[in-house]
Amino acid sequence: MISAPDVVAFTREEELEDELCSEPPLPEEYSVPLFPFASHGANPWAKVASSKFTQDFILISEFSEQVGPQPLLTIPDDAKVSGTFDLNYFSLRIMSVDYQASFVGHPPGSAYPKLNFVEDSKVVLGDSKEGAFAYVHHLTLYDLEARGFVRPFCMAYISADEHKIMQQFQELSAEFSKASECLKTGNRKAFANELEKKLKDLDYTRTVLHNETEVQKKANDKGYYTTQAIEKANELASVEKSIIEHQDLLKQIRSYPYRKLKESDFHPYEPERVLDPANAGCDQDLTTSDLAEPGETHLYAHVPSYTPKLIKAKSAKCFDKKLKTLEELCDIYFFTQTLEQLHQIERTFRGDVCYLLTDQISRALLKQQSVTNFLFEDMSFLDEKPPEKQYRGCQRLGQDAIDKKCLEEPPAPKVVISLGSYKSSVESVPIKMEQEMEDSQDPQMTESITFEHQENLDYLDADIKGSISSGESIEVLGTEKSAAGLTKSESQASLPISPSPQVGRSKVGSRRTVSEDSIEVLSTCPSESLIPEDFKASYPSAINEEPYADDEEGGLHFNPKLNPDNADEQEDLLKQENLVQVDSACCIGKESPNFLEPLPDLGQKPCDEDGVVRIPPQPYRQAEPGLHGSFGGFLSHDGISGGLLPYELDSRYMTGSREVSKNSLDECSDSTSYISSTASTCSDRTPSPAHPACSASERHKKKAGQNALRFIRQYPFAHPAIYSLLSGRTLIVLGEEEAIVKKLVTALSIFVPNCGLYAKPVKHWVTSPLHVVDFQKWKLIGLQRMVSPAGVNVLHALSRYSRYVSILDADSKTLRCPLYKGTLVSRLADHRTQIKRGSTYYMHVQSILTQLCSKAFLFTFCHHLHLPISEREPEESVVNRRMNFLKLQLGLANEDIKIVQYLAELLKLQYIQEPGRGVNPLLRFDYVPSFLYKI
Amino acid sequence: KSSVQTIGEEQIQNPYTELLVLRGHQDIVRFLVQIDDYRFASAGDDGIVFLWNAQTGEKLFELHGHTHKITAIAPFSSSDASEEKNYLILTASADRTVIVWDCTSGRQVEKVSCFHSTVKCLTVLQRLDVWLSGGSDLCVWNRKLDLLCKTSHLPDAGISALVELPKSCVAAAVGKELIIFRLIASNDESEGWNVLEVKRLVDHRDNILSLVSVNDFTFVTGSHVGELIVWDALDWTKQASECNFWDSSVHPDVQPEIKLSQSPNETSVQHLTSDEECVFAAVGKGIYVYNLQMKRVIACQRTAHDSSVLHIEKLPNRQLISCSEDGSVRIWELREKQQLPAEPVPTGFFNMWGFGRANKQANQAAKKMQENTPMFFLELVGDLIGHSSAVQMFLYFGELGLATCSADHLIILWKDGERESRLRSLTLFQKLAQNGDLQLKF
Repeated sequence: MISAPDVVAFTREEELEDELCSEPPLPEEYSVPLFPFASHGANPWAKVASSKFTQDFILISEFSEQVGPQPLLTIPDDAKVSGTFDLNYFSLRIMSVDYQASFVGHPPGSAYPKLNFVEDSKVVLGDSKEGAFAYVHHLTLYDLEARGFVRPFCMAYISADEHKIMQQFQELSAEFSKASECLKTGNRKAFANELEKKLKDLDYTRTVLHNETEVQKKANDKGYYTTQAIEKANELASVEKSIIEHQDLLKQIRSYPYRKLKESDFHPYEPERVLDPANAGCDQDLTTSDLAEPGETHLYAHVPSYTPKLIKAKSAKCFDKKLKTLEELCDIYFFTQTLEQLHQIERTFRGDVCYLLTDQISRALLKQQSVTNFLFEDMSFLDEKPPEKQYRGCQRLGQDAIDKKCLEEPPAPKVVISLGSYKSSVESVPIKMEQEMEDSQDPQMTESITFEHQENLDYLDADIKGSISSGESIEVLGTEKSAAGLTKSESQASLPISPSPQVGRSKVGSRRTVSEDSIEVLSTCPSESLIPEDFKASYPSAINEEPYADDEEGGLHFNPKLNPDNADEQEDLLKQENLVQVDSACCIGKESPNFLEPLPDLGQKPCDEDGVVRIPPQPYRQAEPGLHGSFGGFLSHDGISGGLLPYELDSRYMTGSREVSKNSLDECSDSTSYISSTASTCSDRTPSPAHPACSASERHKKKAGQNALRFIRQYPFAHPAIYSLLSGRTLIVLGEEEAIVKKLVTALSIFVPNCGLYAKPVKHWVTSPLHVVDFQKWKLIGLQRMVSPAGVNVLHALSRYSRYVSILDADSKTLRCPLYKGTLVSRLADHRTQIKRGSTYYMHVQSILTQLCSKAFLFTFCHHLHLPISEREPEESVVNRRMNFLKLQLGLANEDIKIVQYLAELLKLQYIQEPGRGVNPLLRFDYVPSFLYKI
Repeated sequence: KSSVQTIGEEQIQNPYTELLVLRGHQDIVRFLVQIDDYRFASAGDDGIVFLWNAQTGEKLFELHGHTHKITAIAPFSSSDASEEKNYLILTASADRTVIVWDCTSGRQVEKVSCFHSTVKCLTVLQRLDVWLSGGSDLCVWNRKLDLLCKTSHLPDAGISALVELPKSCVAAAVGKELIIFRLIASNDESEGWNVLEVKRLVDHRDNILSLVSVNDFTFVTGSHVGELIVWDALDWTKQASECNFWDSSVHPDVQPEIKLSQSPNETSVQHLTSDEECVFAAVGKGIYVYNLQMKRVIACQRTAHDSSVLHIEKLPNRQLISCSEDGSVRIWELREKQQLPAEPVPTGFFNMWGFGRANKQANQAAKKMQENTPMFFLELVGDLIGHSSAVQMFLYFGELGLATCSADHLIILWKDGERESRLRSLTLFQKLAQNGDLQLKF
């Protein structure tokens, strides 16, 4: 009865391809060009010889006002990681490019010191001598004791692979921005806290001084002031001034719009009280200061946590003073959050760049396969908000229509997309820039065609080389803005804009460009996001957030004497208010009516005028128009939506997949095998997942793959079992021991078609009798065998519903299920496979299942296979046609037909499902005899 | 003991290869009633009435109004030619109310709560445009829910079943008796109606459980002890009777013992249905086909189910569906036996000896066995297993499938998988066309 699976070596894949020669070849995105030095026997994965570290890492450095640039910490925090790499030297290098000049002082025309709300800057640096390339994210934090109240920091992602940095620039930028925002939020909190304490100190000092003056006045009735008295009076005056200054500073820091954290929902904006003693302290301080304000006599009475100190007149800014650590600067809660985020970044970008790219491409392509990917693909990634692109998506909403129209026209000549072309398109830009210098108004120049004819440009072109390396080894290779500018340039074609209003402003960015010593900054722009208020920050007159602070409304809200209990609400309020205010201020204050689009010029102008060559990082998505050209025709209309595809596509999936991720969380919680997975990290040997959320599921896949491999080797009847799963017949794994059953269920779960987004049809462990509703919901069930009256009921129910289920008995190692005589499963689960590793086997399964999906897709969407061609055509001939198609065209034999038919039904159900209405899950079954398989 | 006929897992003739579970009820679902081509209502002990779409399984309405279990349900659609058809249903409940529901809007149209006892049966007389409620008395209502007239209080448990007869008559089963009532419109006022008791028939020895009208000239009753009587619908005389379904010809010798051991449940006529030729009776665990022309049982399946058969229905295609307390639904086909008995006896099993002559029968048992050989037999062509408790009733929707309701609180819609698959394809391509996805885009 048991059909021993024939040996199908892994190499048989070629044969398969011959069979299906009508299939289109591998999408070009996947074709990897041969390694150029392969002939020399070089290993493309060999580490760059010059690099002194073994793996990518993140470095946080500070430009300390006392000791200069110094490294603070690395992630991962392991000495082995950085190896012999000189962190001090590299810190010096990267910190010396901090040209932000975030300056605090007394700007002309202002009585008080003003805080700069500077945007972060992002640059790519290369140190070819060290073999290190880095994405560097500069940020400043506030510190009352620091010079100018600011402390410059930077976070750097350091890799030996330059391409990785360049190609992942957008992603890196987005992720680091989140980390930076988190740090800065914590910092603002801590800074405000510090200011309050300082204010209290000052207040106390003033009282003391005042008393002393009074005493002196009384003691001295001669009618003239002693020098001592005058000194005291001066001191008092300076304290008064200081109080006003600090109050102003507090007002400023409080007024900072917390917009970004509101937009990106990754970090809790308000930390919980329990976790955050500093916050609690802050609130208490607020209370005390509030109470202390009206009656100075009560000053000491209500100070439970903080006792004000007397401030010596000349105590400030001593160089022997110990500077605050990063942790102190940022409030411990936010600091840990940031570290978490950075670890996440490190995990995300670990591994070879080609893996990252392939993963990104696969993901982008998968998103297009909206019809079939619910079957076997892990949908959780769809939940992910594509970093940074979303901004762009939002922005482009307005011009969607135009874009679409534009893209629906015959596409520009196809760009050959391969790793090679990524490279070349990056490199080709400088030349293009020159052309643009002559003709910068011409939007045509920015179309993707321009990349193509320069494809064969070598990166090591002498011109570029000459311009970037000026003796020393650090080069700033590009910044975010420039990349954004380029990406945007596609849309320029459809929506020409007048660049003139932005010129003045963009100069500001370029003015800071420093070209000292060994460092060349090729281009820079201070902010990463495209929201309008960022331009304010880079615009000189708008650097200070004066409009908010001085605004009547703002003044009212930002009063530091606000009721502290409402602080949270107030801040929320502030956020909203500021958003509104910023917008209006921007519109009124600036001459540019279309501030949504200024980027291309903002990015380009400075370079042009400064004559600095710029090499912008090239995100892979830029290649998408070409991608659609090759894919859109075959797949579906979804491909047409162009650049904003990741954002726009399938809003229904966004909601649905959230459910899925929730479900998978449930899975995690009810299965022991998952518990450890989140905490652990992948080994260095395996490429890491490119998406953080995947790491758990990646782990799961690996484990499932390994278990599945074991299953198909151990059980000779693996094929009919897998056939049951693929054909939608519920498989029940029956056993006494929970661990064994769950292991089997995990192993088999990789073969279960995901019947819908709402319910993953796998139940790991059930102890109660099953019912027909369960078979409708679950396609793979782990069932407890019990030797008790209840257990009898369980078995009775099983025998009653035996026609709907296949039963795999884990204890006696038997299987009761219908016969399988097809060929498909033997390819899927060959017990003599050479595959050793779980993740590899998982991928093997995925590839075959994907093939299966495409068959099911074809079958489902071929009109004439399901409906008569002419009205008079009898149903029988349609049925014949259908069977012929399955047998001859798709090459399916026997029971394989049923698999495809089942998948087709799932596809249909998925497609015709009304959005928003839950599907009534239906159970399909056949009246076929079952057989008992034994080992 | 005799085992129930079983069918393997291979059921080629069983068209139902897809099922939809409809959930909503919180107690035993006892009644299913068809509203129109694609809608049906369900009701049961939880007092809630649900309206369902038989094609999609979609829950259309959830009707709350009764506080106790529902005891009777009847479709009450107006056939006003002028207006468009108005779909109503009547439900009676143990809370002594009758509610009229509008199936289109899902609203309660009206509630009648002037009953002294629970209404156990409802019948709509389309010809007279009135409806009757039967409980401890018989009430006649018009469409506007005015009480037209009522009978005096009836003995025992009251009316358990009602059936419409020609000439403005109804037959009501009251305990062991069958009472014929006649409705008379008063001469003076148009609204005046009167109901008269015309005849009392006391031929049954035990409670009458089922009452069905075969055609304009015949109706049939079945009782708790397995008596089946065929009545003339015009003069209410007994045309024929069958009283020994329990007579197992397989064990003629041990018959007295069997008789004793047989609990009344196993011989009670639970449900009757008929087509023009035959009456189909669910008797105990078995199914019997009684031919009206030949006045004899022509086919039977003595143990069709593991326990009592609760409902049977004849399908147009010579198929018969039965459901039972054992939770299964079975599909039978009435087939002709290949070799006919050499000497078919016209009188056959039909007897006129009256009742309770078991000993006499026993003497003739051997002889009768030959005579009794049916010319037809019921073949099991499929079974539907899904419910985990007694299947109370089912509703055959033709092409749309079969709805079954059960004590496990569920309703299951059984469907022809092939047909559904085809329909889904059709919908798919319609939706494709609708979305404009069919056009090639480059």
